[in-house]
Amino acid sequence: MKHLLSTLDLDAATATGLLDTAAELKATLLGREVRKLPTLRGRTVVTMFYESSTRTRVSFEVAGKWMSADVINVSAGGSSVGKGESLRDTALTLSAAGADCVILRHPASGAPQRLAEWLEGTGTGVVNAGDGMHEHPTQALLDAATLRERLGELAGRRIGIVGDVLHSRVARSNVHLLRTLGADVVLVAPPTLLPAGVEHWGVTVSHELDAELPTSDAVMMLRVQAERMHGAFFPSAREYSIAYGLNEARLRLLPEHAVVLHPGPMLRGMEIAPAVADSSRAAITQQVSNGVHVRMAVLYHLLATGGGDE
Amino acid sequence: MRTPATTLVKGVRLYGAGDPVDLLLRGGVIAETNPATTPGVDEVIDADGLIALPGFVDLHTHLREPGREDTETIATGSAAAALGGYTAVFAMANTDPVADNAVVVEHVWRRGREVGLVDVHPVGAVTVGLGGERLAELGTMARSAAGVRIFSDDGHCVFDPLIMRRALEYSRALGGVIAQHAEEPRLTVGAQAHEGEAAARLGLAGWPAVAEESIVARDCLLAQHVGARLHICHVSTAGTADVLRWARRRPADVAGRTAEALLSAEVTPHHLLLTDERLASYDPVNKVNPPLRTGSDVDALRTALAEGVIDCVATDHAPHAAQDKDCEWAAARPGMLGLQTALSIVAATMVETGLLDWRGVARVMSERPAEIAGLPDQGRPLAVGEPANLVLVDPAARWTVRAEELASIAANTPYEGMELPARVVTTIFRGRVTAHEGKVQD
Repeated sequence: MKHLLSTLDLDAATATGLLDTAAELKATLLGREVRKLPTLRGRTVVTMFYESSTRTRVSFEVAGKWMSADVINVSAGGSSVGKGESLRDTALTLSAAGADCVILRHPASGAPQRLAEWLEGTGTGVVNAGDGMHEHPTQALLDAATLRERLGELAGRRIGIVGDVLHSRVARSNVHLLRTLGADVVLVAPPTLLPAGVEHWGVTVSHELDAELPTSDAVMMLRVQAERMHGAFFPSAREYSIAYGLNEARLRLLPEHAVVLHPGPMLRGMEIAPAVADSSRAAITQQVSNGVHVRMAVLYHLLATGGGDE
Repeated sequence: MRTPATTLVKGVRLYGAGDPVDLLLRGGVIAETNPATTPGVDEVIDADGLIALPGFVDLHTHLREPGREDTETIATGSAAAALGGYTAVFAMANTDPVADNAVVVEHVWRRGREVGLVDVHPVGAVTVGLGGERLAELGTMARSAAGVRIFSDDGHCVFDPLIMRRALEYSRALGGVIAQHAEEPRLTVGAQAHEGEAAARLGLAGWPAVAEESIVARDCLLAQHVGARLHICHVSTAGTADVLRWARRRPADVAGRTAEALLSAEVTPHHLLLTDERLASYDPVNKVNPPLRTGSDVDALRTALAEGVIDCVATDHAPHAAQDKDCEWAAARPGMLGLQTALSIVAATMVETGLLDWRGVARVMSERPAEIAGLPDQGRPLAVGEPANLVLVDPAARWTVRAEELASIAANTPYEGMELPARVVTTIFRGRVTAHEGKVQD
């Protein structure tokens, strides 16, 4: 693995390998006072975030640091990007300056793939940390890691993804990865928030959350931005919340073992009720801590194993 | 203008049919066929194996001058046109400054004459600054030296139905035609790619087919309502072809005007060949407006062109600088080069598929566009006494597209490395050879 751009690029063996590595790293670090492994000593990892993000950026930074990589953060605001430099020039500059890996968050779908092409032959790897409405592969991996911890193997499990699928990179990455791992995916949203051609995604599509909950092993609640109202995707936050929000009554419709996930940041009272978010069924903080281990695993597979040999 | 030479074209098959003939070109016209003697001939072109078609007419090019001479100029665009077999091109109005007044259109027209490789006809903007709010001075542009007859806000839709109605109505007095870039702007906010399976997977905001079709339907009705001529630019969807088929069949109005006489439409070579499956690379060389559609749209457009529901092929040749293409998809400008590849794409999509013969190619690339634009000396029959605007094509040749070998300054061809059928060998403009064997003759 040279880059991680899309979960579509991960076959079941590779994805499982990443998740196993993440689990091993988690076990290794458990209870340690000094959480530092020497694995990536001398390697340079650059995070390039063209969108504001707290959890993803911190997660990658911690992952790099726990593996002793030198982590450098570049943000669009305080760099040559603010002076109008092209993405290509910025990437080539960072690569020439010695970056072994660039972790990119960008508002344009496909930007990490372009970056990987521009950096071909330089030896610099690219990790997609979220591109536009396209993908967020490490989020899908950390979701899968969390689901494995809670449910065991995912094959044959039924996972609901609820909310703004149309604009969600989290949904796309999860659909691909969960299907690769053998899970059945149900997308639940009003028709306005489902992309054209979703019927070809190999998933079940539903507009009725209540009907899907009793048979779901997990539900993943997507953030719904209130500004979508201005695009008339739904009439009001209240109506959305009534139809698609996960409240306590709905929580009771889920089977006993079912898990509630949310990629964050949450809009409490919109897509998820505060009591649900804070309940034991919710795995939201577990997702965050797994995020670090999954990203450690990704950096390990990209940088420590030589890359390019899979 | 340079004095045309006397040229003998030997052994060419007219429209790719019948026996080979010799054409004597003298004084800018086709003087004789199969002349018994040929005294005073300056140049003999051996056209064995070649076919002759009337010089192509492109209703839709972006020559980028004035304003973006770093990507194309009237000189380099004219060279690309000549090499592509064109003898007349229409330069779109979205220059900087916009061609919304007599000064700019006369400048473009004059520069075209100075270069002298093809007729360069400026298209006038419909609204001031392409803003869609106030009519530009259509009459002044029509009465200028440039004699503008086609008006378009191309790149932008004349979205306001009242402004569109007035533009259509007003242009009647000028013998003009309004060429509409059909794109309902409220349905394409932030749009990046054809709304469909590919865009959904790639996370690109959708440009739905209905945004084009709804405007085409509205404007066909408006044009017939006011009895004015409407031309639809770059038809890109199967649904638009259906709307046009329906509109053309509507009965004549009280004044006896049939829709057939008022409506015309063009399709680009890229919409006849390429689909949104190419977007998977995120390479913005495939970004164009309207966007690449699906395979079934491509099939429907080919059928509509063959049936005459779509009248003609127009390139929408749109040069862009490397920095405007070598970037992330959302930041890239839409458009692709087209002048030098148009014939080959038409050959690949229409001739090799049996949908058109070479007679049909003459219709869609020369005769119909010349009629739509009202050009008296273009798109004429290959016959004695007619203007010597013609192109000699090698139908058996195959060639590989290389951006660096194209005459345009910009290099944004989506066909890079593609092997294509049919090649323009010679272009003759008013009796003078303007391009021969891939070289411009100026």
